[in-house]
Amino acid sequence: MSFMKKPQVHHAELPVNGLGYTVRDYEGGMSTLCAGCGHDSITAALIQACWGLDIEPYRVAKMSGIGCSSKTPAYFLREAHGINALHGRMPSIATGANAANGELHFLGVSGDGDSLSIGFGQFAHAIRRNVNMLYLIENNGVYGLTKGQFSASADIGSTTKRGEANEQPPIDPVMTAISLGCTFVARGFSGDKEQLVPLIQAGLRHRGFAMIDIISPCVAFNDHEGSTKSYAHTREYFHPAIHADFIPPREEIRAEYEKGRAMPVELHDGSTIVLRKIDVDHDPTDRAGAIAYLERHREAREIVTGLLYLEEEGSDLHANNRTVPRSLVDIGMHENAEAILEEFQAGCR
Amino acid sequence: MTGRVNDFTLKIATVNGTGSASANSLLMKAIFRMGVPVMGKNYFPSNIQGLPTWYEIRVTDPGHLTRSGEVNFMVALNAETFAKDHAEVTPGGYLLYDSTWPRTRELDRDDIHVIGVPLARMVNHHFVDARTRILMKNVAFVGALAALLDLDLDVIEQLLTETFGARKAELVKANMEAVKLGYDDVREHYDCPLPMHVRRADMTAGHVIVDGNTTAALGAMLAGATVGAWYPLTPSTSVMDAFKGFCEKYRRTADGEREYVLLQAEDELAAGGMVMGAGWMGARAFTATSGPGISLMNEFLSFGYYTEIPGVVFDIQRVGPSTGMPTRTQQSDLMECAYAGHGDTRHLCLYPADPAEAFHFSMRAFDLAEHFQTPVFLVSDLDIGMNEWMVPELQWDPRYRPDRGKVLGRDDLERLSGPFRRYMDPDNDGVPFRTLPGVHPAGAFFTRGSGHSKHGTYTEDAAEYQEVMDRLRRKFETAREHVPAPLIEYAGKAFSADGRRPQPVKYGMLTVGSGDSAVREARQNMKAGGTEIDYCRVRAFPFSDDVQRFIDEHDTVFVVEQNRDAQLKSMLLCELEVDADKLVSVLHYNGLPIASMDVEAAVLDHFRKAKAS
Ligand SMILES: Cc1ncc(C[n+]2csc(CCOP(=O)(O)OP(=O)(O)O)c2C)c(N)n1
Ligand code: SF4
Ligand SMILES: [Mg+2]
Repeated sequence: MSFMKKPQVHHAELPVNGLGYTVRDYEGGMSTLCAGCGHDSITAALIQACWGLDIEPYRVAKMSGIGCSSKTPAYFLREAHGINALHGRMPSIATGANAANGELHFLGVSGDGDSLSIGFGQFAHAIRRNVNMLYLIENNGVYGLTKGQFSASADIGSTTKRGEANEQPPIDPVMTAISLGCTFVARGFSGDKEQLVPLIQAGLRHRGFAMIDIISPCVAFNDHEGSTKSYAHTREYFHPAIHADFIPPREEIRAEYEKGRAMPVELHDGSTIVLRKIDVDHDPTDRAGAIAYLERHREAREIVTGLLYLEEEGSDLHANNRTVPRSLVDIGMHENAEAILEEFQAGCR
Repeated sequence: MTGRVNDFTLKIATVNGTGSASANSLLMKAIFRMGVPVMGKNYFPSNIQGLPTWYEIRVTDPGHLTRSGEVNFMVALNAETFAKDHAEVTPGGYLLYDSTWPRTRELDRDDIHVIGVPLARMVNHHFVDARTRILMKNVAFVGALAALLDLDLDVIEQLLTETFGARKAELVKANMEAVKLGYDDVREHYDCPLPMHVRRADMTAGHVIVDGNTTAALGAMLAGATVGAWYPLTPSTSVMDAFKGFCEKYRRTADGEREYVLLQAEDELAAGGMVMGAGWMGARAFTATSGPGISLMNEFLSFGYYTEIPGVVFDIQRVGPSTGMPTRTQQSDLMECAYAGHGDTRHLCLYPADPAEAFHFSMRAFDLAEHFQTPVFLVSDLDIGMNEWMVPELQWDPRYRPDRGKVLGRDDLERLSGPFRRYMDPDNDGVPFRTLPGVHPAGAFFTRGSGHSKHGTYTEDAAEYQEVMDRLRRKFETAREHVPAPLIEYAGKAFSADGRRPQPVKYGMLTVGSGDSAVREARQNMKAGGTEIDYCRVRAFPFSDDVQRFIDEHDTVFVVEQNRDAQLKSMLLCELEVDADKLVSVLHYNGLPIASMDVEAAVLDHFRKAKAS
């Protein structure tokens, strides 16, 4: 259903989407993050993506854990309910909320500390359950909010501002997600909106758990020389393997694709993702191949980006449960409770 | 004592995993069907096969559905515990053992009657298959007991038929053969029935035999719970098993689609989060766990308290600390539940005394959780949850309507002028209005466990923070008179000066949960000995004013509870205005359900000491 919007002064030059909304209608509160923080760029990409998909903002459930990254759901979709869970515990909140009402769009924002350390277990199990949601890891290699400690995604040899090097191997969310059976695995960069927006759109439309690891530099604690999560380093080693064009349902595929490089994948709602191979070596529907490809490029220290693995046929939490296709919020009462009680007690005498 | 008809305790000692459980419940059910009130307690090990297990059946026409504390008839079938079991029989009592292996040397008591039945020999002779032999040995002793205690063989056959169903008639036949083996042998060698036996009566009509985990689960389903999240943990597991069983039967559409989701979480922390997520979305959600799980859920309980999200937690208490004794009972999570979580937190707790109350309180918990927008505990225990209890039939209240609390719906939000403010107190009862995701854009707000103002916005402002904390305290005060009131019974007949309630006697006794029936029997026994004691059973936290008054009007109040550290007493002292010297603790914490004898002994001991000093 749609609601009458309160009259808002629309800038004449701002385009409207299919619902008659401008991008402004997808914004939220003022960000309180550091100027230049990668997380803010991701917020902007999210706003753009939701606007482009004609999503009703109030039909989104946005959620996060704790961290600078996890603050961002307050900065977009002001008409959507949001919840800041506990540090690392957003996946369980998302799972319960989705179980209760799978009709909404679920959008989770997390950090590398939030997902790969304290929340690693919950992250893995939400993937395993294939909760139908978009899950973003705004990955800066550090704990921003607690002032710059290394996170579990920090690369070996990456240094702190004071020059101390990290010596433990990183946990790569992309490798982790693929090996856990995640049905949509992508990597982006907060500094490349052109690549990121369609990835987010495809992730929102994917049925199942869509994980996007987004390199998102922390200007306060991890953007110096020696850091492997700085803007400069990310740009230098950025390796787009594949480009995903998101095409909404009923829209024609208009762009011209070079033969053998374009792979259209139809999503359950009728929209299409055209995977445009930048690197012909990579096949995003071949799990073993994808892992091998990532492994090769990791050795070259390259940051492979794009929609790296996609399985559109997987069944999500509700499909596995065979839940009725409705919200469970208001359907629990039994008309025949007295008869049920009596039937039960008949066996207890 | 040997002549006790319909009033004695029978204890069966066997080895876990030998199929004795079904023989035990067969016995209990048979006595129940014969119209005689009966109590059954299962003391089982945390093991699948091989460790000792006991089952205690009390045949009790006075209706004392609690452990007396003595054993009048021991069925000693476990070689490993034989000496201990033999020693436990009260003088004048009986001991039945498998005389395939005579125990002449160990049977050195001359104050008990010994009945030897060659169970193994008879069964091995009659049945061929090894597993059948083990199982049938247990059925054969039921037959022996049937002869000795005068149990009705037709009732036993009927029960076996109901268990196996008409399609497995050959199993019924084999079982009845085993029953007859024991039955005939005993009749041949002993005078049957014994002076201590069961006589048909008409005292169980209108009752059922149920366990409290099953009834709590049924309560959850009938209260409309649609999301359950859990991690397996004895003794709470059967709550979820039962919930699933009920939902599979009553919550699937004609096409087989489920109108519920059961999530087996990766741990209790996640289970807590799933309940909070579903509660935030607006569904009735719950988890079932025990002490170790509550420890993990603390983070979310603090979160749920502060963000004001409904959710129900069943704590089926077991013996702690740590892994403790997983299959033994205790009331040692009273404080953990009441104050779970970091920061200033406190939670509504309901304390059922038996499976019937577990059913009603389970439903009540969902209403309270949504009414007060907070996590609510159903604090049960292993004794209530896993033992079979005879209770009055559960009644459905046709007027029941779920209390979904103060939720602004679509139309309310359509009419709303100005932004929605989440944490206001428009009704002066501490309870704000909430909105649910996906309903209307005007209802949106951001839920956070970080500091928030009454508007629901982020704050670090001293006054704004405190204002919300103070309202939360007011909300808790409102709940005081909404939760189930204590049950209070006065011993005397005289009325107080204002004529409103009976005149209290000098002593009061206060307990919680499954201590109820032991305290009741102890009171009755002491009354017969000339000591009258008033009684109060606390049924919820926060404690209502009635609890305060009960303590005020007595000189001494015995606080009976099943933990070492007097947790209930500590809570009374902490929450009410009471003189600590008035409260005398009666503590029981060895893992067995408290017996009436334990209560009586402690109270009489207090009187003796008081007199001496
Ligand atoms: C139980 C618990 N332990 C520790 C913290 C402190 N804490 C808050 S945010 C954070 C790390 C956040 O790192 P990340 O998820 O990478 O987010 P970023 O700030 O880098 O975006 C920590 C350790 C907490 N909130 N809760
Ligand atoms: S500390 Fe880092 S992560 Fe946090 S807001 Fe600042 S730049 Fe962003
Ligand atoms: Mg980080």
